[in-house]
Amino acid sequence: MTDVSYVRTEMLQEKAPPVSQAGIIKWLRENMFSNIPNSILSIVALWAIYYVLSDVLPWAFKSSWNANSLGECRSAIAAAYGEGASGACWSVIHDRFLQLIFGFYPKELYWRPVLIFVLMFVAIAPVLFDGLPKKMLRFTMVYPFLAFWLLWGGSLWFPLMIIAGFVLGYLAFGVVSKMASSLVGMIAAVLVPILWWLFLSGDVATMLQSIIPLSIESVASDKFGGFMLSITIGVIGISLSLPIGIVLALGRQSDLMIVKVICVGFIEFIRGVPLITLLFVASTLLNYFMPPGTNFDLILRVIIMVTLFASAYMAEVIRGGLAALPKGQYEGADSLGLDFWQSTRLVIMPQALKISIPNIVSSFIGLFKDTTLVSIIGLLDPIGLSTNIRANMEWNGVIWELYGFIALVFWLFCFSMSRYSMYLERKLQTGH
Amino acid sequence: MSTITDPVQGGFRISMLLYDTRYRSMTIQVIALIGFLLAIGWLFGNAAQNLAALGKPLNFSFLGDTAGYDINQRLIEYNSQMTHGRAAVVGLLNTLLVAVLGCITATVIGVLVGIMRLSKNWIISKIMTVYIETFRNVPVLLWIIMTMAIFIEVFPKPSDFRGADAVASMKLFESVAVTNRGIFIPSPVFGSGSMAVIAVFILSIVGIFVFGRWAHKRQDETGQILPTFWIKLGIFFIPSIIVFYVMGQPISLEYPELKGFNFKGGFHMRNSLIALWFALSLYTAAFIAETVRSGIQAVSKGQTEAAAALGLRPGRITSLVVLPQALRVIIPPMISQYMNLTKNSSLAIAVGYMDITGTLGGVTLNQTGREMESLMILMAIYLTISLTISTVMNVYNERVKLRER
Repeated sequence: MTDVSYVRTEMLQEKAPPVSQAGIIKWLRENMFSNIPNSILSIVALWAIYYVLSDVLPWAFKSSWNANSLGECRSAIAAAYGEGASGACWSVIHDRFLQLIFGFYPKELYWRPVLIFVLMFVAIAPVLFDGLPKKMLRFTMVYPFLAFWLLWGGSLWFPLMIIAGFVLGYLAFGVVSKMASSLVGMIAAVLVPILWWLFLSGDVATMLQSIIPLSIESVASDKFGGFMLSITIGVIGISLSLPIGIVLALGRQSDLMIVKVICVGFIEFIRGVPLITLLFVASTLLNYFMPPGTNFDLILRVIIMVTLFASAYMAEVIRGGLAALPKGQYEGADSLGLDFWQSTRLVIMPQALKISIPNIVSSFIGLFKDTTLVSIIGLLDPIGLSTNIRANMEWNGVIWELYGFIALVFWLFCFSMSRYSMYLERKLQTGH
Repeated sequence: MSTITDPVQGGFRISMLLYDTRYRSMTIQVIALIGFLLAIGWLFGNAAQNLAALGKPLNFSFLGDTAGYDINQRLIEYNSQMTHGRAAVVGLLNTLLVAVLGCITATVIGVLVGIMRLSKNWIISKIMTVYIETFRNVPVLLWIIMTMAIFIEVFPKPSDFRGADAVASMKLFESVAVTNRGIFIPSPVFGSGSMAVIAVFILSIVGIFVFGRWAHKRQDETGQILPTFWIKLGIFFIPSIIVFYVMGQPISLEYPELKGFNFKGGFHMRNSLIALWFALSLYTAAFIAETVRSGIQAVSKGQTEAAAALGLRPGRITSLVVLPQALRVIIPPMISQYMNLTKNSSLAIAVGYMDITGTLGGVTLNQTGREMESLMILMAIYLTISLTISTVMNVYNERVKLRER
């Protein structure tokens, strides 16, 4: 009797999954053709993409990069790709590239804005990354003045005198709060620098300048333009608005009725009107509010208004951060016996600011986009320049290439910042 | 009952204003108020002095002067012989027009895009992501100006429509003319008897509401559900169409026609209006889409699952469980997007659409030289609009707030 029982001793080879259940086909079936309406939608979408790309890609690549006018460019494309071919005239970007970036800033001084732009990353690095040494924050504090001096040029003594004002305020606070109370110290810390800047700093700077001349070639404001102008206004606006916004947000949260009313009124007023009306105020009215005879330059006025505008939004962002803090933090700080400023400085603000960083970044994106509005009051930001270029004989009639380029640059800036803020949001999420 | 706090010893001393927490807040407030008033006084003192020196003290009577400029886009009667005040009203109406139009289209596009972005269809959701990221990250002013430039440069001239071998032709069954001077669409002409059609139409809308309430009540009492959507759709269309034909088609369309150098007849939508409307809607829709998406995602999955466990069908889960909860999250940021759209509509000045910024803050300001007064009124108007919208938002928030414990 032979044994017919059979026991398999080794494993069978795995079978390949059915074609419809693996790889790209499975993925396609699940994600694009799961049912009939979805399939129709997918096909329509694919056709639309093909339709757009089949028009745009040849246009973008059958292009001309070196021509001095639109007519020349069109004929170059016709010569290269046959009569009737429509291609992009990227030569307008090639022709006006430096202008779109720097405006009319003197060519031999381009290194100054470039240097400042690079240094900007050094300055904001310690704010954004925890790992870096805290000493770098000192450079961050000096950076605004350095940037101002390098961009506008002129005597080094003026920014130094402005720094001196802050130092004086700090000293005044230390001295007076020892002698009297910290409240009096605060008042002194505000009053002393204001008096210094209003009455003394100008003369002292002029005097020092005549003794030790330390100056570089100055550049007039009307030479500023292009993306440099947008970035300048945006960065100055956002960095100045941060301290003002913090003060406004604290004022809005405070129990002091009058302070609260002033802050709420300011915030709601600024947020209620469009930026363009504030820019009109900058261009037509702001000089009226200054003592008779004062006349300061348009970019400075625009920066003042943009800063006010940004601080109202910043105040709301920071208020959101303050509100998001658990109540236990406030109570814990109180129970340690810290007074208001101590608890704000040591406990509340560090956490609130950390929570609000993503929103600060997105309000910066908003502000950066809003800087284009200055073209309406006649400043030559990229959009103002584009109007100029299109009004020019050589480039009259160019649309897609020019606007496409400007849009692309804005998009790159804003998109990367928004991705960064999303990354931060994930990183800062300490919840569960 | 014994008191815990010690009575104040020795009465009030001046130094208590600084050191005693009971009085210190008063001191701070008084100092803040004085500082604030000083600053305001200084600013306005300067302004008064400067304006007096220029010989134009604050005076609003220029609003009654003859404007002397034309506004091509107007909702109410206006000509150049009318006053600056009237021009400002025309501008305000134009602002509201583009704001309302923009809000409607932005909402429709935004909601659609937001929902499609969550679609399981990979390619659709990617396309929507591309749309959202493209529009959100480029300044709205650039969109407005670019749209305007494209309208002017790319669309055919009215003269291209002329002749047998015309380069351009009218779209949609020869009814719409898209030209570089604007878009001409047919306009309705109301003949005799059209009032009856309109009345029936209004009545049927009222009927829809009445029916909806009745159906709701019936469902509460008997538990039976009617196919309300289809019945409502029927009430919306059928009576009006019947009356329309019974009355002998009293409402007809007037088609635009090429006469001379331009199209005549029909309704002329100017480039500036359309460019502004189009760009603002697409830009704001990208933001609204994000709001809608995050609102829908904010409804926890447990809610959907619980509703499914109760035996609700997918459509009803969406309409009865997910949407009401999502709307609570969606509507506040949506309203602030409406506010942003209204404020952004002031960019009309870049394409020459005469909104309130273009009339009062533009031509009137330049002609009369009354910067202070014009801008004060302009800001007051925008502030009123914004505060009205935010009041509405607060009322809504109060109504839908979760009542916890």
